[in-house]
Amino acid sequence: MWEETFKSHSDSKPNGPSAVSLDFSLPGVEHVYGIPEHADTLRLKTTDNGDPYRLYNLDVFQYELYNPMALYGAVPVMLAHNAQRTTGIFWLNAAETWVDISSNTAGKTVFGKMLDYVQGSSETPQTDVRWISESGIIDVFIMLGPTAKDVFSQYASLTGTQSFPPLSSLAYHQCRWNYNDQEDVKAVDMGFDEHDIPYDFIWLDIEHTDGKRYFTWDPHKFATPKEMLQGLMDKKRKMVAIVDPHIKVDSSYKIHNEIRSRGYYIKNKDGGDYEGWCWPGSAGYPDFTRADMRSWWASMFAYDQYEGSMENLYTWNDMNEPSVFNGPEVTMHKDATHGDWEHRDVHNLYGFYVQMATAEGQIQRSGGVERPFVLTRAFFAGSQRYGAVWTGDNAAEWDHLKISIPMCLSLGLVGISFCGADVGGFFKTPSSELLVRWYQTGAYQPFFRAHAHLDTPRREPWLFGPENTALIREAVRQRYTLLPYWYLQFYHTHRTGEPVMRPLWVEYPQDPATFALDDEFLIGRDLLVHPVTEEGARGVTAYLPGKNEVWFDVNTFQKHNGAQNLYIPVTMNSIPVFQRGGSIIPRKLRVRRSSTCMEHDPYTLYVALNPQRTAEGELYIDDGHTFNYEKKEFVHRRLSFVSNILSSVDLAPDAQFTTPSWIERVVILGASKPSNVTLKTADGQESQLEFDFDSSMSVLTLRKPGMNAGADWTVTLK
Amino acid sequence: MSSHFRHFLVLLLMLLSVGVSAVEVQRPRGVPLSKREFYEEGKPFTCLDGSHTIPFDRVNDDYCDCQDGTDEPGTAACPNGSFHCTNAGFRPAFIPSSRINDGICDCCDTTDEYNSGAACQNTCRELGRNERESLRKLAEIAKEGFLLKQQLIHESKRGIEDKKTKLEEVQLSRKELVDRVEALRTVKETAEQPEKEAKDRHLQAWEDQKAVIRMEKDKGKMAEVFLELDDDADGFVSVSELLSHSELDPDSDGPFTEEEAQVILGSVDKVDTVAFETVWSNIKEKYKSEATTDTSAPVEPPHEETGEPVSDNDSESYSEDDIPEEEEEDDEDDEDDDQDDADYKTPPTVTTPEKKSDDDDEGTMPPYNQETQNLIDSAQKARDEFDEAERALREVDDQIRNLEKEISFDFGPSGEFAYLYSQCYELSTSEYIYKLCPFNRVSQKPKYGGSETNLGSWGKWAGPENDVYALMKYEHGTGCWQGPNRSTTVKLICGKETVVTSTSEPSRCEYLMEFITPAVCQEPPSLDSPHVHEEL
Repeated sequence: MWEETFKSHSDSKPNGPSAVSLDFSLPGVEHVYGIPEHADTLRLKTTDNGDPYRLYNLDVFQYELYNPMALYGAVPVMLAHNAQRTTGIFWLNAAETWVDISSNTAGKTVFGKMLDYVQGSSETPQTDVRWISESGIIDVFIMLGPTAKDVFSQYASLTGTQSFPPLSSLAYHQCRWNYNDQEDVKAVDMGFDEHDIPYDFIWLDIEHTDGKRYFTWDPHKFATPKEMLQGLMDKKRKMVAIVDPHIKVDSSYKIHNEIRSRGYYIKNKDGGDYEGWCWPGSAGYPDFTRADMRSWWASMFAYDQYEGSMENLYTWNDMNEPSVFNGPEVTMHKDATHGDWEHRDVHNLYGFYVQMATAEGQIQRSGGVERPFVLTRAFFAGSQRYGAVWTGDNAAEWDHLKISIPMCLSLGLVGISFCGADVGGFFKTPSSELLVRWYQTGAYQPFFRAHAHLDTPRREPWLFGPENTALIREAVRQRYTLLPYWYLQFYHTHRTGEPVMRPLWVEYPQDPATFALDDEFLIGRDLLVHPVTEEGARGVTAYLPGKNEVWFDVNTFQKHNGAQNLYIPVTMNSIPVFQRGGSIIPRKLRVRRSSTCMEHDPYTLYVALNPQRTAEGELYIDDGHTFNYEKKEFVHRRLSFVSNILSSVDLAPDAQFTTPSWIERVVILGASKPSNVTLKTADGQESQLEFDFDSSMSVLTLRKPGMNAGADWTVTLK
Repeated sequence: MSSHFRHFLVLLLMLLSVGVSAVEVQRPRGVPLSKREFYEEGKPFTCLDGSHTIPFDRVNDDYCDCQDGTDEPGTAACPNGSFHCTNAGFRPAFIPSSRINDGICDCCDTTDEYNSGAACQNTCRELGRNERESLRKLAEIAKEGFLLKQQLIHESKRGIEDKKTKLEEVQLSRKELVDRVEALRTVKETAEQPEKEAKDRHLQAWEDQKAVIRMEKDKGKMAEVFLELDDDADGFVSVSELLSHSELDPDSDGPFTEEEAQVILGSVDKVDTVAFETVWSNIKEKYKSEATTDTSAPVEPPHEETGEPVSDNDSESYSEDDIPEEEEEDDEDDEDDDQDDADYKTPPTVTTPEKKSDDDDEGTMPPYNQETQNLIDSAQKARDEFDEAERALREVDDQIRNLEKEISFDFGPSGEFAYLYSQCYELSTSEYIYKLCPFNRVSQKPKYGGSETNLGSWGKWAGPENDVYALMKYEHGTGCWQGPNRSTTVKLICGKETVVTSTSEPSRCEYLMEFITPAVCQEPPSLDSPHVHEEL
């Protein structure tokens, strides 16, 4: 009797209409963030004049920007911030959810606010938030802060932290719908070597399967997958193949038969197996909310089950909102059932569980030794524990490039650090300028993968003339040199829940100028990136935060003062990146064809001095791919520069790991010329280091100190 | 193929040079022999870009001192360095120095992995042997292919000669044809003149006759009208009698006054039959017969009646939702056709009777007399002959155009591709049959039903500047959804046969075809020094 219709679909609503809702008042707050996924600004807008922000995982075709409409994932977590305090609200509900935001200061100009202040007539600014969910109970967690980092750790204590990814997954990924066959894969792999561009992963989209039957290979185009994977392994490279959760209804397909006979499919309202249309045609949807289903699914990734798979084959879960082509809003009917639960109640959790089961499968296939890598499109609070997410089917447009920054920043704030957007844009065809700018931006975002729609012309990096090839090569190489820093950031977020790619306000919470910035961002604390995202740009204006701080241009080593808007002229090869004075960043400058090839290479330390002539940083090294770090098999050093002494001390004396890597160079930015430099190693031996001083830029380069990266040492400048 | 050839040459040259200097000369790791002089043991080394000079012990000391990377030819220390592998037995190579000791065997002589623990095998001999073998095979193919190509060139030359001869012939015959056309035109015009005159005469006679008939008819009508108007049958039409015909109101202002009627009657009160002649000529345009007014009911337009069944069809076809789109479209097309047909067919069935009745009034034109008919017949004959000759001339012009096109078409530097003209070559894959008709078009047809898709029409030779004839480009094929029009690049490979060997679609709707033909075979260099091979 409560049936409701939507277009040609109907929702039987056997339990009648329902909703739960709660209002929150945030006195003193003018800035709220989070509740991804929306293609919108970092700072959430008031919704008084339009729809609320909607959280309902959907496969949206060609999504619109600056819009509160629902996208592929949902994390019902909001952060509220002012100069005194950061707090958070976690509304734990997986049903369709709407968030309304209003503010008593919205619409007032800065001048108006100042006038209020001067006249003393001002009411306290306040933001009011209303959460509404279609079903379930009210289950809310308030994270009290008071700092942003406190909120991150409070939230992490509830949903976990970012999984620690294999180091190679932080490198560059080459994807396309689709690499046509094994020959094509080989040719693309060769192309990277011919053009001397590094990459770690090549990806196969749905066309690699035998008729969209996941866990299988097209018998003609991918007849010998192990041969292909071995070829990649010989170059220390890896592959990702897609495994979507819709399962072709086909009685000659093993996966389908097993799921059907075990009764693992989601049921429709009448108790039969739910069927919908997706890539394979008629498809069933396994009930990933069931633990027994998930463990069966995980077992399908065993090498003897997933034929043609090898240890360098990883997984991509797409379409897990779930996407149902002929369903209401291209997703599942809300009255489908998961045991006693309606789909209505668990909708936003479906994709979370798909990725969970897949990641578990990858862990199990190696006997619990190897870290998994799984990319998902749909997600929920806690998805950070299972791998990476990307911002779905974007388009080759400048605005889509711009929006990738707030979209990933918003995800980072709610725990999901391993985020990226399709480099180049999925739909449509980028100009070579846009493609280059996207590579330059993507190289400084956590998940760095190029992807393209089936109907677009090929766009491997070398197809746009030698100049553009060189520009893309340089962007990718910059990523590879910084992999030690990226890896360290992921180790941190894995330990603390702090975002890797973070808004400036997180580090400068008292500087209102940072509160709404979303065209630049920080990686960790120490690198500030303002990518060029405007067509035909001649320059960008970056805000460098921090009174009494300095920032060094990583390319020119030029020093700039903090707390200023800096205009930076740019050319096509410019990627404006700044290292914070007071930091030490390790890089590996010997870029090779994959990150694994660079494993044992030496480090160069970039020591950027602050006005107090100090700096500090960390160095983290482990095997890069196993869980042995949990058994304390790693190197974690604190590097510090104080009183003209650069030293490396052990941050984890109980950990043990041997690395052949050494320190080949130390570059000190903002230094003065010493008369001599002495290295003292752990065994007490002292030696003089040769150095080069560039007085125009105040850069001191220590030549080949040579100490082991895992050892204690000091370098004294006199 | 030509590039294989270049390799072949380069290889042989290099084999020769290696053969001469088989003894390994001492030099820093990764330095090619040609650069040895710059790396003198014990002497300060100057970066090859001249930027720095460093002690010799800093060459290959695993630290990059030179901007250009030349101090570290044997280590991975410089981001832009390159490493030289001698690869004795195979061909020497430079690799980026980032590939030194990365655990991957790049040089077949294993020299790039001297400190990585990678278990590399020296494969240079085997590679060299294989390469020589395949180069030998390629050379053989090239040799035979080149011979075939000479034949093709010869044939093409002869073909062109033939065509040129033919062209001359045709051009000659064209001249004759032009003359003939002109002569026949004169004949035609001469015959048409008397024809026209006779026809005009005949027509004039017919017109005159028709005028007489019309006049008589008019008189009859006038008499009828007179009787009709003369209500009191007194032999006069009076003002009052006229007033009953309000359509005759000269100013059509509503009331038809007596004054106005009087004016019509010539300012008299009544007229007799003789005086009525003048009146009639003034009123006959407006006059409405009392007898015929209600017989001329408008004819129902036929459209609606014939249209209805069509719209019935319409609703029937839409009721079936399950029909796939394409079929539905077809149905719609059919319906459109039906409707059009109906439109064209219906009007004549209605209008002909009307017209006929008109014609009947005046009758049909009498047939031409024998003399005129004879003139017409002979003029028609002259016209037919002239048309025939003109058509023949057009055909000859076409032939000339085609011949000229073929003669001037770019069939390669020596016309070696001419033999492909107007031929087609097919390749059958698991799903499709691909058809390449060189210089015309490329198409794809599903094996199991479905229509042919145009993958592009001849565009141009599209090879690189130094090898333009290596690639053909076919463009503007069938459009792709959300994409470009289909196009095909055909890569030409030297071989003995003429055959399509593979097709692929590297990018959506951009096809790549490999096509073997002797026409691209290059002359193999005459190298008869097998002993050099043996030594290696």
